Order: sequence, then C-alpha cells, then structure tokens
Amino acid sequence: MNQKYQIVLKTFQKGGIHPPENKLTAAKQTEVLPLPVSVAIPVSQHIGAPATVIVNKGDSVKTGQVIAGSKGFVSVNIHSSVSGKVNKIDSIVDTTGYKQTAVFIDVEGDEWVDSVDRSDDIITDIKLSSEEIISRCQESGIVGLGGATFPSHVKLSVPSGKRCDLLIINGVECEPYLTADHRLMLEKGKEILVGISILMKALKIKRAQVGIENNKTDAIVHLKKLAASFEGIEICPLRVKYPQGAEKQLIKALTGREVPSGRLPIDVNVVVHNAGTAFAVYEAVQKNKPLIERVVTITGKTLANPGNYLVRIGTPVSLLIEKAGGLPDDTGKIISGGPMMGKALINTDIPVVKGMSGIILFPSSESDRMPSQPCIRCAKCVSVCPLGLEPYLLMLLAQKGLFEKAEEERITDCMECGSCSYTCPAGRPLLDYIRLGKSTVIKMARERVVK
Amino acid sequence: MSSTVIITVVSLSLIALICAVILYFIAQKFKVYEDPRIDQVEALLPGANCGGCGFAGCRNFAEAIVNAKEIEELNCPVGGASVILKIAEVLGKEAPVSEPKVAVLLCNGSPEHRPHTSKYTGVKDCRIAHNLYMGETDCSYGCMGLGDCVNACAFDAMYMNEETGLPVVIDDKCVACGACVKACPRNLLELRKKAKKDRKIYVACSNCDKGGPARRACKVACIGCGKCVKVCQFDAITLKNNLAYIDSFKCTFCRKCVSECPTGSILEINFPPRKPKVESRAETVSV
Amino acid sequence: MSTLFNISLSPHSHSQETTKKLMFGVVIALLPALFTSIFYFGYGALIVTSVSVISCLVFEYLIQRFLLKKPVSVTDGSALVTGLLLAFNVPSNLPVHIIIIGSLVSIGIAKMTFGGLGNNPFNPALVGRVFMLISFPVQMTSWPVPAGFNTGYTDAVTGATPLAIVKEGLKNGEPLSDLITQIPTPSQMFLGNMGGSLGEIAAIALLIGFVYLLMRKIITWHIPVSIIATIGIFTTILWLANPAKNADPMFHILAGGVLLGAVFMATDYVTSPMNPKAQIIYGIGIGILTVVIRVWGAYPEGVSFAILIMNAFVPLMNRYIKPGRFGEEVKNG
Repeated sequence: MNQKYQIVLKTFQKGGIHPPENKLTAAKQTEVLPLPVSVAIPVSQHIGAPATVIVNKGDSVKTGQVIAGSKGFVSVNIHSSVSGKVNKIDSIVDTTGYKQTAVFIDVEGDEWVDSVDRSDDIITDIKLSSEEIISRCQESGIVGLGGATFPSHVKLSVPSGKRCDLLIINGVECEPYLTADHRLMLEKGKEILVGISILMKALKIKRAQVGIENNKTDAIVHLKKLAASFEGIEICPLRVKYPQGAEKQLIKALTGREVPSGRLPIDVNVVVHNAGTAFAVYEAVQKNKPLIERVVTITGKTLANPGNYLVRIGTPVSLLIEKAGGLPDDTGKIISGGPMMGKALINTDIPVVKGMSGIILFPSSESDRMPSQPCIRCAKCVSVCPLGLEPYLLMLLAQKGLFEKAEEERITDCMECGSCSYTCPAGRPLLDYIRLGKSTVIKMARERVVK
Repeated sequence: MSSTVIITVVSLSLIALICAVILYFIAQKFKVYEDPRIDQVEALLPGANCGGCGFAGCRNFAEAIVNAKEIEELNCPVGGASVILKIAEVLGKEAPVSEPKVAVLLCNGSPEHRPHTSKYTGVKDCRIAHNLYMGETDCSYGCMGLGDCVNACAFDAMYMNEETGLPVVIDDKCVACGACVKACPRNLLELRKKAKKDRKIYVACSNCDKGGPARRACKVACIGCGKCVKVCQFDAITLKNNLAYIDSFKCTFCRKCVSECPTGSILEINFPPRKPKVESRAETVSV
Repeated sequence: MSTLFNISLSPHSHSQETTKKLMFGVVIALLPALFTSIFYFGYGALIVTSVSVISCLVFEYLIQRFLLKKPVSVTDGSALVTGLLLAFNVPSNLPVHIIIIGSLVSIGIAKMTFGGLGNNPFNPALVGRVFMLISFPVQMTSWPVPAGFNTGYTDAVTGATPLAIVKEGLKNGEPLSDLITQIPTPSQMFLGNMGGSLGEIAAIALLIGFVYLLMRKIITWHIPVSIIATIGIFTTILWLANPAKNADPMFHILAGGVLLGAVFMATDYVTSPMNPKAQIIYGIGIGILTVVIRVWGAYPEGVSFAILIMNAFVPLMNRYIKPGRFGEEVKNG
C-alpha cells in the first residue's frame, strides 16, 4: 500500500471516526450456502408499501417465482428464493424487531422458473431500453442492497424538473467487519461493471464513479484493470473513514457537492447505488434473474469459521451460524448489519432478507453498554458528527420534550450513523434520544401538514 | 449633616420620583385588561400546575373556564368535583357532574406468566424501547416495565413492582389526571370508573394477536375466544381484534366473566374470596 | 434457548475513550509543570500541591456522600485535575488553611452547587483562585524567589513577579528600558527561573503539556492558539505604538499565567464553548480582556479574570454560534 497515496486520497471533511476495521473475512472466498429445509420470506423487505401476497397455503412454487406483488410505485415484487410448497402465510420476527407477515415455504429440490438464464457467461451487450431497464428492476425486486433497501427503480426514475449527470457506485463498505461488497467486487467485478453500464443507460448519462475505500486495495486494482474496457466508469479510491458509505458523505467526498438539508442526491444531480445493487441489476437485466439471493458476511471474533456466503433470501440466520462453526457458547449479541448501524437480533430464527449485509456475533464482554455518566461537555460528539449537528443538545432537547427546538436544531437531518454515541467518553445514549426526538418531530411535522 | 449627604439624598430621591412617574405612565399605556374573576378562580384551584386538565397550568385553566360558555367539558382532576362546584358558584353557572376515575394497567405480563426471550440493555425509557423492538418477551403489545408512566405521575401514585416488572397504581393517590395514559407508548393504561372499595374487573391484556401466538407469548393472555362476551348479561364486554374489553361504566361486578375466562386474563380486584362452586350450584337447584 | 441475547440500539461498539482517561490524560500533561514547580520551589511546591489535591478530593467525597447523598464520583479524576490546577495558580508559600478554603470554594461552591461535573458555568480552579486573591490579597501576592529546595515554605524569601515589576514600574514613571534589566530574560522565562505561581513559570513545561494534549486529542488547537495569537497581536500593536510604555509581545506571552491559562484553564471542557467557531471567538475575547486588564486595569495579571468573564458568555455563544451544518437549507420554491 502506498503511504504517500493515502494523504492525497479524497474523503469528506466534516466529522467522521475511525473504528477498528476488524475485516476478519476480507480474504475469504464467497461460498454458496446449502439450501435450508424451509424459508420464511417477509413481504416487507424494502422501504415503501409491503408487497401483497399472491400465493396460498399448499401452492407449489419455483425458484424465482413472484410470491408477492408490488403495491404502488414505491414498492417491488417479492420472489420465492426456493422451490417447494407454501406451508403457511404467518408472521415471524424479522430485523425490525417486530413480527411481520412472511411466506413460509418448505423446500423441495431447486427448480427454477424457465425465464431465468442460469448460465455462467457474462453478457455485456445491453439489449433493453432505459424504460425497460427501470421496469425490469421493479419486477425483479431490486432494492438498495447496502442496507437501506430503497426500491432501485424509483431512484432511476428521475423526476421531471431534475436532471442527473453522475452515477456514483458505493463500494465503500465503511462499517467494520462487513466484507460482502468487497468480495463481490473481487469475484464479480466484470458483472458489476456491466451492471453499472446498465444503470448509466437507464439514467441516460455517460459518467459513473465507483468509490472504494483504501482498505480494499485488491478490489481497487482489480476493478481499475477491468474498467479500462468500459466507457465512462472511473474507479476512485477514498481515504478510510466512517461513515463514508453514507450517500451524502460519499457524494461530498467524490464530487465536493453537498446535498442540502432535507433533500435528496438527485437535487445535486447525482444518483447513488450500492455495488451489490449494481450486481443484482446485472443479473436482473441480462439474466432475467430476480433478487432471490445475496452475499452475507458471517463474522465475529469468537466464531470458528467466519466467512462470506451466497445465501437465499428467507434462510434462517441459524444456518449461517452453523456453517461458520456453530453458535459460540459465549455469545452476548447477534447483530444484523454492521456494529455501528446494525440491529440486534433476539434469536437465530430470523430470516435473511434483502438488506442483510452481514451477521456479527459479539462475546458477552463486548455486548454490554458502558454505564452512562453525566455529560462533561467535551464537544467530541459535535466534532465527529458528519452533518454538523450538536448531538449533546439534541439529546437534551429530546429528553426534556422540547421538540420544536429540536426541529429548529435540524434533528431530522440526523442519519443515525452512531458516531456520536461511539465517541462519547461519558457513555451517554445520544443516539437513543436523538432517534426518539426524530420520530416525534417527524410525527409532529406530518400532523401539521394534515391540519 | 454634610452637604454630600444632602445632595445624595435629594438627587437619588429625584431620580426615584422620575422613574416612578415614567413607570406609572408606561404601566397605564401597556395595561392589559384582565377579568378579575380569573384571579378569583385561580385562587380556588390547587395550584399544582400538573396539566391534568389539558391546559398549561392552573392560570391557563382559570382563563379558559372564565371565558368558556359551557363549563361541562372542563375538569380539574386534582381538585375534583368540589373545586368545580366552587368555581361554578363564582361564575354563576351550573356545576357539571363527573364520575371519579382511576388509572388501570391493562397488562398482567409478569415473568412468571410471560417468559423473557431477550435482554434489553439500552436506555430505560419505554418510548425508546418500543421504537426499537417488541420487548423482552414475545408479546409485542405488553408492558416493557421501564417506567415512563411512573416518571410521568406527578402525584406519587405509581411505583414499579420489581418482581413483576409491572407498574402499580396506588388507588388512593391517583387523581386520574391522565399523565400516565399519555406517557405509555403502547396505550396500556386506561382511566376506568372508580368503584366503591376500589373494586375493579378488567381484561388485563392488550394483545391483539390471534389466540395461538398470544397464549404462547403469555399464559394469561386474552385469546379472543369470546366466552366472556357471551356470558355477560349487561352488554359490557366487546371483542375486537382478538381482544376482549370490559366497559367499566356498564359493568355491574357480577364476576361471571372472570370464572368463564379460560386463561385467567380477566382480573377481579378487591373482591372477597368466592364460595366454592359445588355449594352455589346446590343452592340454585334447591331454589 | 438458555442464552438471552442483549438487545439495544446501535452503535454496538464504543471507542476506548472514557471520562476518566481524559482526566488522567490532563494530569499527565500537567506533570512537566509539576516537576518544574518542585524543581524551582522545593518543599513549598510539594506541600501546596498535595494539600490542594487532597482537599479537593476530600471535599468532593464529603459533599457527594453526606450532603447530597448521591453516588460518589471522586474517582473520575475531575477533582484531581481541579486540585492540581488550583495549586498551579497560587504561590508556593501559601498557608495551608488558605489552600483548604480555596479548595472548598472551588469544589463546593463553583462545582457542586451547580450540580457537579458537567454543570458548572465557571472554571472551578479559577473561582477558587480569585476568591483567595480577593480574600487574602497579601498572602496571594507574595511570590517566593525560586531557589530550589532552599526556597523554604513559611520562611521563603519573596519578590515581585515580572508582570508586577513592569506594571508598578510603569505606574511610577520609570522607562521600560530600565525595567527590562530588572526582569528575567525571555530564555529564563521560558525555562522557568522567575517568580510567579507554581504552574505558570516554566513555559517549556506547559508547551510540552500542550503538545501531549493535542496528540492525545484531549483538546483541539482552537482555544490556546486563538488566545495566544490575540494577545500577541494586541500587544504588538500597543508595543509598536509606544515602545517606551508597553512591553513587547514575547514578554506578555511568557510572563504571567497566559500559557497556563490558554492551555489548561481556558480549555476546560465544561466551561468552554462547544464548537470551533465559538471557541475561536472565546479565545479572542480572553486575549483582549487579558491585555486590557494588564495594561489599563488595576491588577498586574488578567488571565484569571478574563477567562471567568468569558465563561459567563459561553452559554450565549453556544446558543447563537452553531457549527457549520452539512448541506445548508435551500430556500425553495
């Protein structure tokens, strides 16, 4: 690695932290996880209206078949990730922490729908038109695989009055422990680049930049070599800093443009997609393969065999943990996602969903929060906030119920990256209260509009 | 007396006089007319500024009630009916009648009934935990035991029972101001009619899941079987979303629903122990 | 399943920084100044420092345990830092009873009455120092001449500080050129061979502490640099305007409590502003007030008062000076 290079690399200026990377599985080749005995596929795996179930108990389904239809514009289809019989339509606890409706399927073999091209060859010729690409994304259930799960076709449909001049691909993976995107870029680099070209065609633009943090030099080198044969795709290494994967910070780092408060990237003429999403778009458009599986990192310091696996949607997390060597005796917490923004899971029956990029197991010594002490007004939280907010003040306002003042202090700008709580030397639960304040302020604002 | 002292006294007195005159004129110019009855009413109110009436403090309530055409909707839960009576006298209006109420927790999910399936280590705040996940048990409707209601009570009428993990309402101190009801993110607290001897009959459950999952999560959950609805002769019980609800103003305390309930979800509080069943059947037969 | 997993909101990991580590980091940064004080003032320094530290810790314990009946937090290191800083602000021959009174005021009045750590608007060590200065002006302004372990404690030979010499001299009409010969040279002031309070004499020790604090990321450069730069610029202007009546900027920066104040007192977390923009304005304010008090005020040294006055403005600054937001709001149509 070039040390000199590091100083010249781009990054965002305001705030940010450097948590230990712990990329234990960076060198582990992605393996295919064997099929489970049964799957539970939630109907709400994306932002927007949950899909409506179109199968019934007892129906036989094939891999890739639509089992729940999109409801409205901001919604996508949900497909069966396995072939077998629908056991029931019931509720199961998922990553939201609450029970959600899911389609339970007993797995029988692995029969795919005929429309899917299962061959391995990489198809670089893009035959579909822009409009066809966008509708194919919705039909194939493509959502943001970075974790946000926003329906991709919505992002690709640039509203009238706005224009897009740049596509940014997020290959940053700034969260510690996670390596799914890293492995995907190394192993499916060409497919990702074709996917990027497809996205560029859908947006009708000629320029794309792929942001990759400098702790993945092998991926940077590999993609740079491949990108030479693609028009308009630039691979940009970035300095390692959390939360660079947040789209506002990524846009600022790569282009210097700041998305205004309360607005979207399209307001600075940019569209951002995750590298994994680009791969899923490639499969959807070139192979007619819907989103039914994804790469998930299973990791943790106490695991015997951490790794990266290609998992079918709906597989219980317990299967992943088993493949990684079994649940260690000393497990205090199981996280879906990264340690900074991920969700703690209550059991291992929870199914793998589209937005699940990794599962991390923490030993009990790392599972407890430090006790909360009084605020010493060190202002470290202010210095690390990437959005220039004042977390100590937002927490105080939320605690005291001063929600109008919190709204003035732009509490709704907060992206819940967790940098403030991570840094606070007094162990104060800043993000807990800020989140409470945010949800109250958003509710208040909505009620104001209704009136 | 030296000349310094005289000069000081005179000059300061002059300054004071001038200031007093200026202040008098300013006070007159910016005077706001206030109904003198507002002060009278405010003096009658308890002065706790608890917000139980729905207004921002006792003065605010006094203004509202003086300016209101009808005073029926306005109630001071702390002062109660006696204060409203006195206020009505001052205003020369009819005193409204209101029923006394008490706060009741519609959940009986202690750890012996409702086993824990996770351990919550975050901030001890019910709203935060509720936003995060369903709670330490499999019942996503039940009490999380973190005490937002206890903290909201301004009358020391609630405390958290450490063993059951549920809040307890002290009936004598509860003034039914409704602060705890607003504080609970799961709407588990309700103001029910305050009966004599503090007796209560209510469905101690708010679980809207179907019978199977509800019962699996908690042994004393309401499974929505509807037996209580059928047995009630006073139309006091309704069933909605797999959950039964007893209207405290229609209930006559006959206790038939309590014996009918298969899971023990309906609780009877402050009643004498029943006579054994065999005897009562014999009595009915002989009559 | 026998194990219940822990559930809480993200983030699920935490940096290694704690309040205790930050406070002890400050203590380490103060060690060079402690060593120079003992080197120059001998037993007096040891006695004053230990009495101050012990009194502060004891008073905090007693007040928290018996008066407030709250959990005791003496081990978090903040009382230790206050004790050290209080000691560094006084002469090495200060009688024990005065130090104890000063500690009681620092901890009891300036810190505990406001609600303990994190709630005080004024710097506790400075409040204690100013209280002692106003209540015991004679003892607080008799500065022992440094003579290592021969300095003595109760019987120390005293002399004036460089600032006092210059101020008194100028008042009496003596020209600056005469006064320069009576005060230590810049290099002497840098190394600490001059009269003054325990902590303020050796610039080099304080600068080592400053560098350590910056490296450990305990403080940022904004406050110390803005204070020193403002004093430098203001005194340069005065000196250029009238070299006969105003000392040069180097003198002003090295003499008195500027370095101690800029690096350790003004950067106190609790009483300083919460974002860099406000911090620079705070530093500029302290710089201007220090020079004003030194040149036109009654006291030879103005840093303590300047910091306390600016402390009073900090809540106002926090309220109206906000950090630069990301993505300014768009006035839209």
